[in-house]
Amino acid sequence: MADSTILSLVLYLPVAGFLAIAALPAGRDALVRALTLGAMLVQFALSLVLYAHFDPAVPGLQASTQVAWIPAWGVTYYIGLDGYNILLVLLTTFLGPLVTAGAFSAITKDVKLFYAMVFLIQFAMLGTFVAQDLFLFYLFWETMLIPMFLLIGIWGGERRIYATIKFFLYTAFGSILMLAAVIYLVYSLQQTTGVISFAFADLYKVRLPLEAQKWLLAAFALSFAIKVPMVPFHTWLPDAHVEAPTAGSVILAGVLLKMGTYGFLKLGFPLFPDATLLATPILSTLAVVSIVYGACLALVQNDIKKIIAYSSISHLGYVMLGLVSLDLLGIQGAIVQMVSHGLVAAGLFLMVGMIYERCHTRELAAYGGLAKVLPVYSVFFMILTLASVGLPTTSGFTGEFLALLGAFNAGWRQWQGGSIYALIVAGVAVTGVVLGALYMLRFAQHFLFGAERVPHGPVADLNLREVSILAALAAAVFWLGLFPDSAMKRTELAAREYQQLVSAPRTPAPTRLTGTPPLEAAR
Amino acid sequence: MGLLTLIVLLPLLGFLVNGLAGNRLGKRFVSVVGCGLPAIAFAVTVKCFLDLQAGGWAPLAETAYAWAVVGQSSFEIAFWFDRLTAVMALVVTGVGTLIHIYSIGYMHEDKSYARYFAYLNLFLFFMLLLVLGKSLLVLFVGWEGVGLASYLLIGFWFGDMEKAAAGKKAFVFNRIGDAGFLLGMFAIYSALGTFDMPAINAAFMGASTPAVSASLVGILLFIGATGKSAQIPLYVWLPDAMAGPTPVSALIHAATMVTAGVYLVARMSGIYLHAPEASTIIAAVGALTALMAATIAIAQDDIKKVLAYSTVSQLGFMFVALGVGAYGVAIFHVYTHAFFKACLFLGAGSVIHAMSGEQDIKKMGGLGRKIPITFVTFAVATAAISGIPPLAGFFSKDEILWYALASGRGGSVLLFAVMAFTALLTAFYMFRLFWLTFMGAPRMAKEVEHHVHESPASMTGVLVVLAVLSAVGGFLSIPHFLEPMLPLPETMAAMQPYHYWVMGGSIAIAATGLAGAIWFFAGDASRAGAIRAGFAGVYRVLSNKYYIDELYDRLFGRPLVWISDAVFLRLGDRMIIDGTLNGLASVAQRAAGRLSRVQTGSLHKYAFLVLVGMVASFVWMWTHG
Amino acid sequence: MDKVQVLQFVAAALFALGLTGVVIRRNVLVMLMCMELMLNGVNLSLVTFAHAMGSAVGAVLVFLIFVVATAEIAVAIPIVLLLVRRKRTLDVGSFSDLKG
Repeated sequence: MADSTILSLVLYLPVAGFLAIAALPAGRDALVRALTLGAMLVQFALSLVLYAHFDPAVPGLQASTQVAWIPAWGVTYYIGLDGYNILLVLLTTFLGPLVTAGAFSAITKDVKLFYAMVFLIQFAMLGTFVAQDLFLFYLFWETMLIPMFLLIGIWGGERRIYATIKFFLYTAFGSILMLAAVIYLVYSLQQTTGVISFAFADLYKVRLPLEAQKWLLAAFALSFAIKVPMVPFHTWLPDAHVEAPTAGSVILAGVLLKMGTYGFLKLGFPLFPDATLLATPILSTLAVVSIVYGACLALVQNDIKKIIAYSSISHLGYVMLGLVSLDLLGIQGAIVQMVSHGLVAAGLFLMVGMIYERCHTRELAAYGGLAKVLPVYSVFFMILTLASVGLPTTSGFTGEFLALLGAFNAGWRQWQGGSIYALIVAGVAVTGVVLGALYMLRFAQHFLFGAERVPHGPVADLNLREVSILAALAAAVFWLGLFPDSAMKRTELAAREYQQLVSAPRTPAPTRLTGTPPLEAAR
Repeated sequence: MGLLTLIVLLPLLGFLVNGLAGNRLGKRFVSVVGCGLPAIAFAVTVKCFLDLQAGGWAPLAETAYAWAVVGQSSFEIAFWFDRLTAVMALVVTGVGTLIHIYSIGYMHEDKSYARYFAYLNLFLFFMLLLVLGKSLLVLFVGWEGVGLASYLLIGFWFGDMEKAAAGKKAFVFNRIGDAGFLLGMFAIYSALGTFDMPAINAAFMGASTPAVSASLVGILLFIGATGKSAQIPLYVWLPDAMAGPTPVSALIHAATMVTAGVYLVARMSGIYLHAPEASTIIAAVGALTALMAATIAIAQDDIKKVLAYSTVSQLGFMFVALGVGAYGVAIFHVYTHAFFKACLFLGAGSVIHAMSGEQDIKKMGGLGRKIPITFVTFAVATAAISGIPPLAGFFSKDEILWYALASGRGGSVLLFAVMAFTALLTAFYMFRLFWLTFMGAPRMAKEVEHHVHESPASMTGVLVVLAVLSAVGGFLSIPHFLEPMLPLPETMAAMQPYHYWVMGGSIAIAATGLAGAIWFFAGDASRAGAIRAGFAGVYRVLSNKYYIDELYDRLFGRPLVWISDAVFLRLGDRMIIDGTLNGLASVAQRAAGRLSRVQTGSLHKYAFLVLVGMVASFVWMWTHG
Repeated sequence: MDKVQVLQFVAAALFALGLTGVVIRRNVLVMLMCMELMLNGVNLSLVTFAHAMGSAVGAVLVFLIFVVATAEIAVAIPIVLLLVRRKRTLDVGSFSDLKG
């Protein structure tokens, strides 16, 4: 079977699953669960095949399908795999069965609707990653909103309505600005080249004046920055995470947040290189602020889900730092950190979900000494905590180390060139490792050690289903920590392409009438 | 698979086996695996040493695999075995195996026996990664890993929150040092493009000066070393680390992990030879730490705390040696210190075991006759640390004192004076410890006195081996063994005549310390009591460790939490950001409320508005033709 | 002033009277009658022009308006009846459920 067929299967299997469980009569919960898990596992297996077949030495898209869709507007149905999205696709399909299995005991009402929403979100997220046409990308981007809204709003906690409306409005606001920017971008493309097209490959060639680039970058960046989330656009995240059901939090932290960073990587920065280079100091500052601010806030939380939520903000700061550094090490580190955070945060939220099902409270002070009562749980908790802290041999170390090294490298080069700012930013970012240890160990301390305190105890340790979920996550964390080369080989060409796209100036060549010197010489 | 990789992987195998299956397979199995694998690792290390010797001391190198390849840079997991590595690896595996064997007896009653051995093996795995690593990256992996093992082992009895907190403190302070370490690593990489340690040393020793200041890099790496090797300002975790089981204190916090910083500086001697400012700072910090820790030690009453501060102080000695360019001498002291400090800690463990858990030396006394093997081995080790010839400590300490005075790379009379005074204090507090614990009349409760018994053979056997090593280890001249790769510094001509004076002086210092301790603490220790009463303020400051922990809490701990809570969370997140958002939302709501008043529900008004609109549009059309 | 103009003024006057009535009167049925008045004013105007220009278009349009007006009345009267049955008054001011 051709790879492109497999990719289409992977993408549309959730749709088939959605239709299948919609057709089931009400009350057949066990069948719904089995069907969903089966579909997700098949999807993961297929994407493993894609991963294995992926050829690291070929630049450009693989396993692609391109069909003209709305020729009058230049819209094509264009999907494909490249170094940018292969790891994220694998991550999404890997988390699919874990989310499904993790929600077996947690979701007991409206089970059919729940898994239908999970399928839809899976479809939307995968589509966003594999879309190579801006129209298609935007379509999938927006599709994700409604199922997520319902997921939080129906199965969530006490303040779920506030949280889900906040999430929806925040994200939609950014998306609307992005839509305006998209339209202007395609319009510019048509004005300058006469060709109307939404395909990424064509859009990368648009030459825009610096002013236009700045505004467009601001629009795109706002939308993506809200999604990542970057400080100061982050306040929707703690509320959304806390009020969402476990599966929702896992999807949110595991994949949804990566859509923002992927947007920066694939679209935001490469489309507007000149504006990006100008904005680098601001962006790297915001990244470091995210790292430090997120960590400091995680330090003083008493709701265990909020700790992990703020830690997400901190971890994704490293991703942004790596992306903005434009150093190959930093970019690769950023991509690995994306995947690593997806695994670690998903794991931690799953563990919080497991303990919440047993003890029905999220207050840190209510827990204590769990290491004695739940030894297997504690082992996995410790592994994930250490991965979050960035201990070597875990994926967290690979991502953080390379991202910081890249940022420092880039800062060093800039210092040789006369500006010390980037180096200082990188230096401050390194202190993030200390803060990371502080808040995660505080969490582990109160949770696992000390006097025994088990609300609604006594409770049982992990059952086989839960152990398999966590073991799979732990295995992935160690794989990416000890043997990251197999993954990084596949993303290398994409990282290089990103680096070249963002470093090359792309403003319009001057007209002969004005005779002004080329902007290139002025840079 | 190469031999070096095998050395590293054997303890890892022990960790996995004991960790996953240990509980089910019984204590004997755990003991055999837990001690057997390190013993095999020691044997393989000896084999590698012999290979090294047979190959004319050309370093052995092995690459396990490529961890990551990014563009031109390739990060490989590679191992290296030269003279320095040989010394460190033999100490780590050898003393490590001995302490594993000791643990069989010490931890026999503990419920988490398998977990203990698993963690101990994990520690050994990371420590071997650290000393065998060829690149700074592999060293760093081991560096952080031993920090993890330390965290897990200090907080081993995690039911007690204080013990768990001690583990967290160790990890956090190590991490602070690691931040400096990372910055140093990154600077090296940015300037030189490699993490490979032999290559880095060659670059700095080479003809052209590298693109980065050696002192800058040296200081940054040293910050890491202060964290791991408990120097000022990051030493405060080590005394608290005594909360862990005593063999852990012996292995990790005396013999091996804390010497990682010393190893790092010695390994990167290429940098430090060209970094005079960094070396001066190292020597100064080492001297200050040694002195400060020694002064605290004389006022401590917990047997393990005295030994902990003693370790900090002895590490200070090692850093002084490093600071004046005598790298081989520092490693020599690492080697001898491993023997006598491990012997002291394990002896303390034996004492605590005999005293049914009591650790306060004020409640001991007269143990000499009751636990003779422990008594003799402890005496030998105490004499060794005090520098009494011909025991091991004398040789290494004497070399340090000599180079502190006479090294052409920073030796001075002031440095010598400080170190000599510290050596005096060392002898004094060690003999105080020894005297109060073993000599004189027993001061313990009657029930405790009945239970005092010698430890089992697995424990005393190890004590004897270590005591013998402390006695004869000094005759193996490590500095000369290491000289081909770590040359000793030139000594100042002016100081040459004083070489034997220094040697005599250090013997005199040891004897003075011994005599002083006996004079103060023999009999009913009334003279000591009088001094304590007379200098009550000073005593209080010393026994409270100069209130440094409280200072750190006030200066850093509490402000950090306050800023995070009051400024970032309440002011920043809630008031400013969320406040803005919720404010915008309520503005929208209020505006909508006001606009909705147009909808009066009165049909008349609607009709009237239609009329007005019609008229307005007609007028507009008429005027705009 | 010729006939056409006079008739136009009459038509305009009818329309204006009807519009004023809709805006001013509070009785629902009177409002409906005024709306009919407006329609008739428009009809008169159309017929006048049709006659003046000799074109049949205006007349056709008048027929169209008759039909539409009838349909409108057929729908409007029952609505008013139902409303009045609910509110028990013919006063337009009391039909304010859409307020806010």
